[in-house]
Amino acid sequence: MTGIYAENSEGQFKKAVLEAASYASQIGNGQIVAVCVGQPNAGEADKLAQYGVNKLICIEGISAFDAQVYGKEIANVLINQGVNQVVFANTYEAKSVAPRVSVIMNASMASNVIELPETSNGFKVKRGVFSGKGFAYVTLDKANKVIAITPNSTELKKQATSIQIETIQSSGSAGSTTITSTTKAGGKIPLTEAEIVVSAGRGMKGPENWGMVEELAEILGAATACSKPVSDMGWRPHGEHVGQTGITIKPNLYIAIGISGAIQHLAGVSSSKVIVAINKDPEAPFFKAADYGIVGDAFEVLPKLISAAKAAKN
Amino acid sequence: MKILVCMSVVPDTTTKITFTDNNTKFNSQGVQFIINPYDELSLTKALEIAEQHSGTVTVVNVGLADADAVIRKALAIGANDAIRINAEPKDAQFVAEQIAAIVKANGYDLVLTGRESIDYNGGMVCSLLGALLDWPSVNVCAKMVYNDGKIEFERDIDGGRQTVVSNLPVVASAQKDLCEPRIPNMKGIMAARTKPLQVVEPAQVEVASSYEAFESPAAKQAVRMIDAENAGQLIDILKNEAKIIA
Ligand SMILES: Cc1cc2nc3c(=O)[nH]c(=O)nc-3n(C[C@H](O)[C@H](O)[C@H](O)COP(=O)(O)OP(=O)(O)OC[C@H]3O[C@@H](n4cnc5c(N)ncnc54)[C@H](O)[C@@H]3O)c2cc1C
Ligand SMILES: Nc1ncnc2c1ncn2[C@@H]1O[C@H](COP(=O)(O)O)[C@@H](O)[C@H]1O
Repeated sequence: MTGIYAENSEGQFKKAVLEAASYASQIGNGQIVAVCVGQPNAGEADKLAQYGVNKLICIEGISAFDAQVYGKEIANVLINQGVNQVVFANTYEAKSVAPRVSVIMNASMASNVIELPETSNGFKVKRGVFSGKGFAYVTLDKANKVIAITPNSTELKKQATSIQIETIQSSGSAGSTTITSTTKAGGKIPLTEAEIVVSAGRGMKGPENWGMVEELAEILGAATACSKPVSDMGWRPHGEHVGQTGITIKPNLYIAIGISGAIQHLAGVSSSKVIVAINKDPEAPFFKAADYGIVGDAFEVLPKLISAAKAAKN
Repeated sequence: MKILVCMSVVPDTTTKITFTDNNTKFNSQGVQFIINPYDELSLTKALEIAEQHSGTVTVVNVGLADADAVIRKALAIGANDAIRINAEPKDAQFVAEQIAAIVKANGYDLVLTGRESIDYNGGMVCSLLGALLDWPSVNVCAKMVYNDGKIEFERDIDGGRQTVVSNLPVVASAQKDLCEPRIPNMKGIMAARTKPLQVVEPAQVEVASSYEAFESPAAKQAVRMIDAENAGQLIDILKNEAKIIA
């Protein structure tokens, strides 16, 4: 049987979780069971059903996130359900939990998986390696398997079914950590899940000029990102820094404004489906990695893009 | 305070990645190897904590003899000693099982890893170790402060940050911003020559996965340039031709 971890953020299942559900339905034959901690909001379970999940098990009685506790409780439920392959969306939370589940289930695990497996001879997945500079084909040899898929890399395929919801009590395993505070970047789209990302570099000259970047992002429904020097200088929050030493992203569209295109930057963004580079220097290396390019001053180009994007919306 | 720092040895960040032997192996010809950048951070943080709380820092690597030069660099930066588990690091699960065996044999209060290795990018070893040892694990930490038998971590979560306090022992992974990495000085380099680098043979573990082939990303098509005067045209192309925006 195939399972997924249905991570919920404030009661909602994000798109990445639906991708995991869709992936699971495509590799599984038979029942698809989702496990979630706490209760989702009304109507959320139906979203999972759209992608083939037949059963949702909600674990009650866990008060706060603790990787050790989540790992045990989630693995417990999966094992009791007879699950032998589990799909996670590769979020931060999953990175803390999925490997722990794989150990408890004695499973083979692969993270950063970007395609459905090839199962004609064993169970072979394709995963991203070398920070965007390569892919590997890995066979998962153990009978049990844990797969963590990269958000935005697999297709969402509708496969509607009806869903049964069950609630069970946690077995009460104890953790050793206490969360003392949480700060959320209010209301914004998380960078790792964004389908469109508008990113800017040192070419923007200073933090006071980010208004245009944010405005374009807002109109396009995009998340914002930046190059390393920009976050190092404190122009933008650390969480926006993409690249080799920052976050690796794989949006459908990446728009780079005033970023030179250094290899360490490209390492984090080169798997984007479509890349647009805007730079006043025609020799900027980013143009070699881009699908579309505009040679021009960001301070003149951005207003034009903003008004065109506004017009296109209406 | 006994601290173990897990260190992977990876190609320099500017390496052009290619594959050989019919795309079954990474081509290491002419490649310079370095300490995984996140492990450089966890090593520096481990040294800071050890200095403040009279601790020791041991570095562990799962790798073959060609890793020794890079392990010496970690000793030059300040680690007290090093252990190399003499085996090809097959996958994250193999690495974690080897390191877990060392932790069980020697006992540590704190084990640090990087948030991911920049070659295999599994991002798994920290949480795997947590489960294998049945310890708490705190992933992707930009801050670690030891105080009164506990460690306060600041970790990245989806769309934000969180402060978490953990009892010891604990395993945690390092994220950028944790500290400024230290670089070796002359005195450290001299001292590193005589510091212990113990080589141990691997434990037998069940094979979890097999890397069969590699692939380079498809070559990009030539960039299509759009005149800056008509920059707005880009939006039209993205919407109606590439169909990538709504
Ligand atoms: C180990 C290591 C790891 C690294 N990791 C990362 C990483 O993860 N992410 C990352 O981003 N970098 C990383 N770097 C740094 C990287 O090498 C580059 O230095 C960095 O990406 C450059 O940022 P930038 O393009 O914003 O700035 P710059 O290199 O200064 O480029 C600014 C660009 O803006 C253009 N420009 C200037 N004015 C305008 C204007 N008015 N309109 C339009 N364009 C304009 C310029 O032509 C130039 O191309 C790393 C470096 C090392 C050594
Ligand atoms: N061969 C290795 N030897 C020792 N530690 C390793 C090795 N490979 C990975 N690690 C540790 O595990 C972290 C995460 O690696 P990974 O799961 O491969 O992304 C690295 O930052 C290291 O701290």
